[in-house]
Amino acid sequence: MDTILLLLVTGIGLGAVYFLVASGLSLIYGLMGVLNFAHGAFLTLGALIGWETARVMGADSWGGFALSLLVGCLVGALLAALTEFVLIRPLYERHIEQVLVTVGLNLAAIALFEGIWGTDPVFIQGPTWMGMTTNILGAQVPNHLFITILIAGLVLAGMVLFLKRTRYGMIIRAGVENRSMVTALGIDVRRAFTLVFTIGGAAAGIGGVLASHYFGYVSPLLGGSLLIFAFIVTVIGGLGSLAGAAVASVLVGVLQQFANYFWSIGDFVVVILLAVVLLTRPSGLMGRKVATA
Amino acid sequence: MSASTEELEDQHGGRGGREGSSATDRLKASLTPPPTPGPSGPGRSPTRRRLIGGVAAVAGVVALALLPLLNVQLPGILPTATYQPGALQLMALCLLMGAAALTYHLLIGVAGLLSFGHALYVGAGAYVLGILLERTGMGLIPAMLLTLLVVVILANVTGAVALRVSGIPFAMVTLAFAQAGSVLVRRNPDGATGGEEGLSLNTEQVPAFLVGVSNTRNLYWLSLAVLIIVFAIVSWIQNSRAGHLAEAVRENENRVRVLGLKPYLAKLLIFVVGGTLAGCVGMVHLLLQSGAVPRTVSADFTITLLVMVVLGGVGSRWGAVVGGVLYTLLDQRLTVLAQSEAIQSMPALLRVPLSEPLFLLGTLFVLVVLFMPGGLAGFVRRLSARSGSGRPGKDPVTVLEQAE
Repeated sequence: MDTILLLLVTGIGLGAVYFLVASGLSLIYGLMGVLNFAHGAFLTLGALIGWETARVMGADSWGGFALSLLVGCLVGALLAALTEFVLIRPLYERHIEQVLVTVGLNLAAIALFEGIWGTDPVFIQGPTWMGMTTNILGAQVPNHLFITILIAGLVLAGMVLFLKRTRYGMIIRAGVENRSMVTALGIDVRRAFTLVFTIGGAAAGIGGVLASHYFGYVSPLLGGSLLIFAFIVTVIGGLGSLAGAAVASVLVGVLQQFANYFWSIGDFVVVILLAVVLLTRPSGLMGRKVATA
Repeated sequence: MSASTEELEDQHGGRGGREGSSATDRLKASLTPPPTPGPSGPGRSPTRRRLIGGVAAVAGVVALALLPLLNVQLPGILPTATYQPGALQLMALCLLMGAAALTYHLLIGVAGLLSFGHALYVGAGAYVLGILLERTGMGLIPAMLLTLLVVVILANVTGAVALRVSGIPFAMVTLAFAQAGSVLVRRNPDGATGGEEGLSLNTEQVPAFLVGVSNTRNLYWLSLAVLIIVFAIVSWIQNSRAGHLAEAVRENENRVRVLGLKPYLAKLLIFVVGGTLAGCVGMVHLLLQSGAVPRTVSADFTITLLVMVVLGGVGSRWGAVVGGVLYTLLDQRLTVLAQSEAIQSMPALLRVPLSEPLFLLGTLFVLVVLFMPGGLAGFVRRLSARSGSGRPGKDPVTVLEQAE
């Protein structure tokens, strides 16, 4: 029982990290039709600069942790906004080129990070409380998982509020639904593009800092492996659907933990899940149809 | 129905009116290589052009085949003179990567299939052959034939599943299959794949003329042969009815379906041929490198192939080959350059970016995508169109754009 509970919570924690990466990917794809390969670079830079900040401020202080989250978020947002402005915008409406540019950026950025920080993982620490465990019904649950889940929940709530309650959120939702109609109504969707990239980058930056606490290290290669799973989560959830991304992240995270623990085949199970979902529901769990998804 | 609107848009909108069509169609439309230009001048007929091209190709192949017998020094490009193993190894790798890029061209350039799992078949070719040679004591030729069979089956099964969806979901399924393969290789089941360290070639069953540093030139000739065979098969497939059908599917799948043809089978054929040829390249790669490493199955390797094809120009056969050769050469030489005295003594601000080959290649790639649409092949085409006819507008794309 306690093992199952522990696996469940670690699974949800992993799902929370996936969600922070996948939410941005999903929104960007939904609105712009761009599969953003550079998302891993946003995440990695957020994690690396976040860790540098925490180290300067004192890694075991809460202030350092909070500031590293804030800095990670800002760095991710800034890099994402810059990417959209400099690389994506000139290729407006040329989707394959946009994807290729993000592929190139990812290659170049990760290589640059390796040049600066080296390829070896750097083991990190957070506030002392986060390194301890809490006893829940006999399961020793690491405390950092609660923080990760809490923050991902807050990000989800913030995104939902933003999308439902603000004017720009409305434009983004309408754009995901039918972009040509929004353009026809005289609304400049391009501003929404930058916004969506910025939000996605911010979430990825936070995700990077939290992922480094989840795995216990930072490395320039942190983003690469997470990105593949985030892609899978995004497709399973339905491209363009925030709720789908949230459900699929938790589903994939929990499934992966269980399959890894009992049969150590977590990664295969995720691949099989993807194949099954795509063959039965090609638009993903919560995508509407392939055309808008 | 979205089909009818897409049809309409396709008829009226051309390049400008893609706004409302589905994401998949937009993807496909942008994948389309620009149409090949007509004869570029009044003096040169198509047959004569073809003849010149054929003669140039034969001359190129003969020159490449003679290189191991000559003493050509290319300082800065090749590490040693062309008859020495160091240069031969690098050149053979370049030719093989050219062949690998060519097999990827078959998917993306001909059928418009954006696959992120092509590395799976290269890796399968290398690893299955390696394991067969290690474990069964089979001769090289039977082991290669058996590997070929395995790769064909693998490509058929994965292709049949992945092609049930198209566009980005297709890319993701192929990525997921390759990821599963990559995980399997890294897991090292039963010690078969050697995990992260990779699998080293068991040379017991390999004929002596393909083993050892002194026989590198035989491996070079083998690589050249592979490139020529792959080029011939890709050209043949591309010019066959199935190839034309696949190209038609890339342009407009619904229209092909309305004509009563089967897009699925055409795409599957292209996918399987591409995968099988990639498996053959993988087998020779195993022989050349005397081993297989997990990188050949990774998503990174597929992305490398994509970068090669795009650098050379999507839709161009020789563009893919040149892209593959150029990328491999740059990757190797930039790594050497990074360790050179000149770079190491620079201030950190310059030294760090310059000593990362992938940073330079990634940047180059971004610049090509931004400023050189059509890659190298597109650049050459524009150049020859300008010098050949003396006036722009011969290129059908330009004509179309001017009409709008």
